[in-house]
Amino acid sequence: MKNRRLLLEHVDVPGIDGIEVYVKHGGYASLEKALKKMSPEDVLEEVKKSGLRGRGGAGFPTGMKWSFLAKPEGVPRYLVCNADESEPGTFKDRYLMEKLPHLLIEGMILSSFALGANQSYIYIRGEFMYVLNILEKAIAEAYAKGYLGKNILGSGYDLDLVVTPGGGAYICGEETALLESLEGKRGNPRIKPPFPAVKGLWGCPTVVNNVESIAAVVPIVRDGGDAYAAIGIGRSTGTKLISACGNLARPGVYEIDLGLSVEEFIYGDDYCRGIANGKQLKACVPGGSSVPILPHFLVTKTATGEDRLMTYESLAEGGFSSGSMLGSGGFIIFDEDQCIVRNTWNFARFYAHESCGQCSPCREGTGWMEKVLSRIEHGQGHMHDIDLLADINKKIEGNTICPLGDAAAWPVAAAIHHFREEFEWHIKHPSEAQTRNYGLIQQPVVA
Amino acid sequence: MPNVLMMVKVTIDGIEVEVEAGTSILNAARKIGGDAVPPAMCYYSKLPGTGGKCRTCLVEVAAGSTADPRPMPKLVASCSTPVQDGMVVNNKTSERVHNNRGGVVEFLLANHPLDCPICDQAGECHLQDLGYEHGSAKTRYEEERRTFDPIDIGNKIKLHMNRCILCYRCVFVANQLTENRVHGVLHRGEHAEISTFIEQAVENDFSGNMIDVCPVGALTDRTFRFKSRVWFLKPMDAERSCSKCCGKAVVWMFGNEIYRVTARKDKYGEVEDIDGKTAWLCNDCRFEHKSAADWNIAGPRVISRNSVISQGKYATSIEKPVKRIG
Repeated sequence: MKNRRLLLEHVDVPGIDGIEVYVKHGGYASLEKALKKMSPEDVLEEVKKSGLRGRGGAGFPTGMKWSFLAKPEGVPRYLVCNADESEPGTFKDRYLMEKLPHLLIEGMILSSFALGANQSYIYIRGEFMYVLNILEKAIAEAYAKGYLGKNILGSGYDLDLVVTPGGGAYICGEETALLESLEGKRGNPRIKPPFPAVKGLWGCPTVVNNVESIAAVVPIVRDGGDAYAAIGIGRSTGTKLISACGNLARPGVYEIDLGLSVEEFIYGDDYCRGIANGKQLKACVPGGSSVPILPHFLVTKTATGEDRLMTYESLAEGGFSSGSMLGSGGFIIFDEDQCIVRNTWNFARFYAHESCGQCSPCREGTGWMEKVLSRIEHGQGHMHDIDLLADINKKIEGNTICPLGDAAAWPVAAAIHHFREEFEWHIKHPSEAQTRNYGLIQQPVVA
Repeated sequence: MPNVLMMVKVTIDGIEVEVEAGTSILNAARKIGGDAVPPAMCYYSKLPGTGGKCRTCLVEVAAGSTADPRPMPKLVASCSTPVQDGMVVNNKTSERVHNNRGGVVEFLLANHPLDCPICDQAGECHLQDLGYEHGSAKTRYEEERRTFDPIDIGNKIKLHMNRCILCYRCVFVANQLTENRVHGVLHRGEHAEISTFIEQAVENDFSGNMIDVCPVGALTDRTFRFKSRVWFLKPMDAERSCSKCCGKAVVWMFGNEIYRVTARKDKYGEVEDIDGKTAWLCNDCRFEHKSAADWNIAGPRVISRNSVISQGKYATSIEKPVKRIG
């Protein structure tokens, strides 16, 4: 199937979350290949060749991240899997862990082997308690089969794997806050430098990777890095899980080849099958709530009229004035009946709630934006509030300890940039705005 | 072979200075002094681990180093960014820094009650100074301010959470100077607050230093509350023999009466090092010895910080030591 390729190939097989069925469908073959025929350096080399980029949102090349890991003598190294998926609109990691726990575990063993880590952690979001149970059952099965523990498959390599739940804070998805939380402290992001690759968990060199990035190591080792790199366009290689939601005829988690056109993804029969109930597309947030929103005329085409593709580069084309980001793959669609002001307020409310409160621009700025947006939404806005919001954005962006400040600022900045008329209409017609939505915006005439 | 420290050259606002490798931009700037020094609300050189939080010390790095002269895209927190050889930093000379620092001050003041007229910290408050330098005359914050009830944490310290800017300095004091920390930060985001577990008293020998490190009026001395404005008092260097701390303090006097006792602070508002050790005060010296007879008073103290108390009033007048007890 087109939308089930490398990672989700066997997702529909009954009982695939059990180790017997998983092994029958080629599971743990990559592990046997790596431990018996490859050295840790070979695995790292394949990952580098694959061009795999971090699937958590930032898109940093995984192979490069691994090669930055400091390797001082006599100091343990750690691999931590970031399963604290909490971005509104993103639910691909949960799906993967729930359906294919052994894929993640196999990926964890392969990655730990490549990095020389003998103790690895999966830090899972607190709300995913039932997924934690699935993973723990799978880990117990892997121990019983000898895929984890001492002397794995007779190779002399030891690995212990532990799943730790967080307390359900979005900020703990930031890698240094995650490490603080994992150490049992308050989940405040650390001041960088030092970066985790030098001083991470318990002060030791640590790599933190997203669930999907780690799972992708399995097909990379199985087929080779070059085969993985053959999928996709340019520096966007391989496949990506996209969690599509909003007013779509068929929302859900899809595995796409990077380079698929956005039009095909939204309207194609293999994918989302268009907008629900015959409505029109109004806007799209292509990469989770923290990336800039795109108005309908910039979703399938870029500002220069080229087809927009599902790649890191194409979605970012046009920068923040007419582009967005692939982010974590949380693809949110809004139809003509949705109110952008209300949605922007909703996102702002989320970030104000989830700010850790450590640094002043984010603590005070996110709360301030939320209050102003709430006023506008509830019919008590003033025209100068729009410029005020834009200014607060500029003062937060780039001035915070961690990227949460940017993540809170971008969606508001983009919504005002693209949907300013709708904000103005809200403020001018407060009572009307309570009862009906603004509808579609008009495409600006390109001179 | 003696350990030779690597020295690096860094240029801040056009002034070159040579410092040890690994020094932060802020400390390099302090070596230059004057306008090149960025303000710092949360960094406290005597408390390892502080800094990075308030973002008032943001500076622009126009060139990363000689090896890699690219500018850094974002403004960086000067208190937690180490210098590199050949780094070029703009602080006072950068319009961008000025604008963004103004933004940070606006954020710090957004939920601040601005109750300076009844705040004991007025006159020696860092936020007041910062607001004077960078704040605008009018607030754009129209929303309801976040409020908390003031609470007593023990019988010596008052906590006004409304005034707090969450610099975390007092938490570091509790971690590093006292045994069994009983206070910390609760909740998160805008609702974050400094508090004790169920309004417990903060009682250990060095907890009073929380008051000295607090840059604003959030933690105040209950034995001094509402007694006097600080600028009406004469700060005097004083000493007593104490088994718990160094006993070297500043006593704030009106006539022959001691109104309050604080640690000796430098121009950055940080407790001074005396004989190689930071001169933290114990609670006994700070709260229990308010009689001039308790102290050996050496003479007037020059307050070098740029604030109301230091406006030349006491620095120039020669005061006779009030009383000397050998």
